[in-house]
Amino acid sequence: MIHYIVRRLLLAIPTLIAISILSFVIIQLPPGDYLDERIAQLEQQYGDSSSLAQAEQLRKQYGLDRPMPERYWKWVSGFVRGDFGDSFRYEKPVNELIYERLGFTVMLSVGSLLFTYALAIPIGIYSATHRYHWSDNMLTLLAFFGMSLPGFLIALVIIVVVYQVFGVPLFGLFSPYYQQMSGWSWGKVMDLLNHLWVPLIVISLNGTAALMRVMRGNLLDVLGEPFVRTARAKGLKESVVVVRHAARIAINPLISMMGMSLPEILSGTTIVSIVLNLPTVGPLLLQALQDQDMYLAGTIILFMSLLLIIGNLLADIALAWADPRIRYE
Amino acid sequence: MSEHDARAVDLTPDRGNLVANASVDPGQLSYRQLVWRRFRRSKLALIGGTVLMVFYGMALFAEFFAPYDANRDNARLRYVPPQTIHFRGPDGFSWPPFVYGLTQTRDPETRELIFTQDISRRYPVRLLHRGDPYRLWGIFPCDLHLIGSDGPMYLLGTDRMGRDLLSRILYGGRISLTVGLVGVLLSVLLGSILGTISGYWGGVVDLLMQRLIELLSAFPAIPLWMALAAALPPHWTGIQVYFGITVILSLLGWGGLARQVRGKVLAMREQDFVLAARAAGAGHWYILTRHLLPTAYSHIIVVATLAIPGMILGETALSFLGLGIRPPLTSWGVLLEEAQRVTVVLHYPWLLLPAVPVVLVVIGYNFVGDALRDAADPYST
Repeated sequence: MIHYIVRRLLLAIPTLIAISILSFVIIQLPPGDYLDERIAQLEQQYGDSSSLAQAEQLRKQYGLDRPMPERYWKWVSGFVRGDFGDSFRYEKPVNELIYERLGFTVMLSVGSLLFTYALAIPIGIYSATHRYHWSDNMLTLLAFFGMSLPGFLIALVIIVVVYQVFGVPLFGLFSPYYQQMSGWSWGKVMDLLNHLWVPLIVISLNGTAALMRVMRGNLLDVLGEPFVRTARAKGLKESVVVVRHAARIAINPLISMMGMSLPEILSGTTIVSIVLNLPTVGPLLLQALQDQDMYLAGTIILFMSLLLIIGNLLADIALAWADPRIRYE
Repeated sequence: MSEHDARAVDLTPDRGNLVANASVDPGQLSYRQLVWRRFRRSKLALIGGTVLMVFYGMALFAEFFAPYDANRDNARLRYVPPQTIHFRGPDGFSWPPFVYGLTQTRDPETRELIFTQDISRRYPVRLLHRGDPYRLWGIFPCDLHLIGSDGPMYLLGTDRMGRDLLSRILYGGRISLTVGLVGVLLSVLLGSILGTISGYWGGVVDLLMQRLIELLSAFPAIPLWMALAAALPPHWTGIQVYFGITVILSLLGWGGLARQVRGKVLAMREQDFVLAARAAGAGHWYILTRHLLPTAYSHIIVVATLAIPGMILGETALSFLGLGIRPPLTSWGVLLEEAQRVTVVLHYPWLLLPAVPVVLVVIGYNFVGDALRDAADPYST
C-alpha cells in the first residue's frame, strides 16, 4: 500500500510540472499585460505620458520585460520557498492573498463532496429497492432536473426566495458582525454553519442527482447476483441483504467516481462562490483574470489542479480500503 | 417500411396479434429502424425532442415570433414588470384580447419608478401584427410578427434599457442553442480523429495522447474555461468571440469522446473484417473511414448528444460572468448577466426568466440523450 502511494506521488510530479506550464501559458495568452492597462489608466488621469518612465520601471521590477521561459522559471523556482510571485493589483505576495481563501475552498469542496455522497447513496438505495414505483419515477424525474439546473441559478433563486420570505440576506459565509472579528469563537462557528447550508446544497445538487442514478443502477445490477439470492435463502432480513451485502458492493464504483466528481465540485464551488460572494478563491480568480493579474490567476489555477490530484489519490486509497479485492502490488 | 407498419409492430406484443407480428419480423428491420423503435418507447425522450424542436423552430424564426426588435430600447419603459394578456374585461369576454396601458408612479419612500396597469386604456393584441420591420435571416424584408399590439405589450417585462425581454430571449436562443451544436461538432471532429489515430496506431502516439487527455481532465472545467475566455482579445467582433467561445468549450470536451472512440477502435482493430480488408489491400485511410469509424457512429452520436447540454450550460455560465458572448450579441447567459447583482434580482425578479429556456433545453437534451443511449444498442433486451 505504502509502495503504491509513493509511486502515485512520484507520478504526480510530471503532471504537476505540465500543469504549471499550462497554467502559465494560459494566463500569458491575453495580449498585453497588467501594466498596459495601468498605463492607459494613468494617461487618462493625467492626460500626458509622463508616467511612462515610471511604468517601465515597474515593468522591470516585476520582470515583465524578460522573455517568457525566464519568467516561468522565476515563478516556478519560488515555489520551493513558498513564494508564488506578487499580485499586481493588491501589491502583495500571492500566497498571503490566497492562503485563507484556499482553506475555505477546501472546506466547501470537501463538505459538498461528503454532502453529495451522504444524500446520493441512501436515495439511490431507496430508488433501486422501489424500482418503477411512483416514488422511484418521481426521483428519476427530479434527478433529471437536478442535473440540468446550473448551480449559479439555483443560488440566485434561493437567495431571492429566502430574502422575500424571511427577509434574511444570505451572502458570504459570515454575518457582518463576525466578518470583522478576527480569530474564532463559538458564535462565529455557529454563524458559519448558519451560512454554509445554502452553498452546500447548491454545489451538491448536480452531483447528487447524477450519483444517485449511478447508485441505483449499480445496486440493481448487484441485486441480481447469486450471492444476494444466497443471502436471502439463508433467511436474512431484507434490510440486511440490501445494506450489508448488496449496497456494500454497489458503492465501490461510486468511490472511484469520487476522483471524477471532484473537478465538477470545484467548478461548482467557483461559480457559486462568485454569485454568493463567498471568500473562496473563485471570486479572486475572476477578478485576477479580468485584471490580467497573472501570477495570482496562475497560482489559483495551479492550486485547483493540485487539489484535484490530491483528491484523486485519496479516492484511490479509499477504494483500496473499501474493496479488499483490489491489489496494488 | 412505412410509418404505419412501424406503429403496428410496436403494438403487437401487447395485443398478442400473431398475424401482424408475423408480417414484420424484427429480424428484417434495419439497424436504424430498430433504434427508432426502441427510442420511441421512451415517453420522456419524445417530450424532450418536441421541446427541442419547438425551441429551435422559434430561434430559427425569432424575427417573426418576437413581438419587437431585440435591440429596440425605450428609456421611459425601464423595468416594466411582465404584462398579461386579458381575455375578459369588466364587460365580459373580449375579442381580440387586450393588454392594459401602463401608468408610472414613484414609490414615495424609495423614489423608485413603479409601473401599474391603467385599466382605463386598453390595447388590442392581434395575431400577425405589422410591427418593427426586419429582414428575415438578413435577406427577406418583412414586418409581420406573430402577435403584437399598438400599445406597450411586454409579456415578460423589460430590462434596464426598456428592451422587451421576450423578444430578447427569442433572439438570444439563436446563440445559446447553436453554441452547443457547433461546440459539439468541433469536439466530435477532434475526438474522433484523435481517438481513431490513438487506437489504430497505438504505441507512442497512443501513450502521448492518453497522457494529454488525462492532463486535460485534471483541470476543473469552469476555471479553465474562465481563464481561456478571459484571453479572448477585447477588440474581437461578436462573431469572432462566438467562435472563440465554441472552440474553448470544445477544447475540454473532446477528451472523453476520444477515449471512447479509441476503446472502440482498439477492440475492432484485430477483428476478422478489418484483417480481411487489410489482406485485400485496403489502405489505412480506407479502413479507418469505411470500417472502423462506422462501428463507432452510434456511440459518437450518443456521447455528442449528452455533451451538448454541458456546453450550453458552459456558455451560459461564462456569459453570466461577463466572460462569454459580449453585447450587442445576445444569448441567454448575456441576459442573465443583468441578474448577476442580487439587489437587482430582488427588485426585478423577472430578469431571471431567461433561465427557464436554458433549463428546459438542457433537460430536453438529457431526455433525448438518455433514450438514445438505450436505443443505440437495440439488440440487447
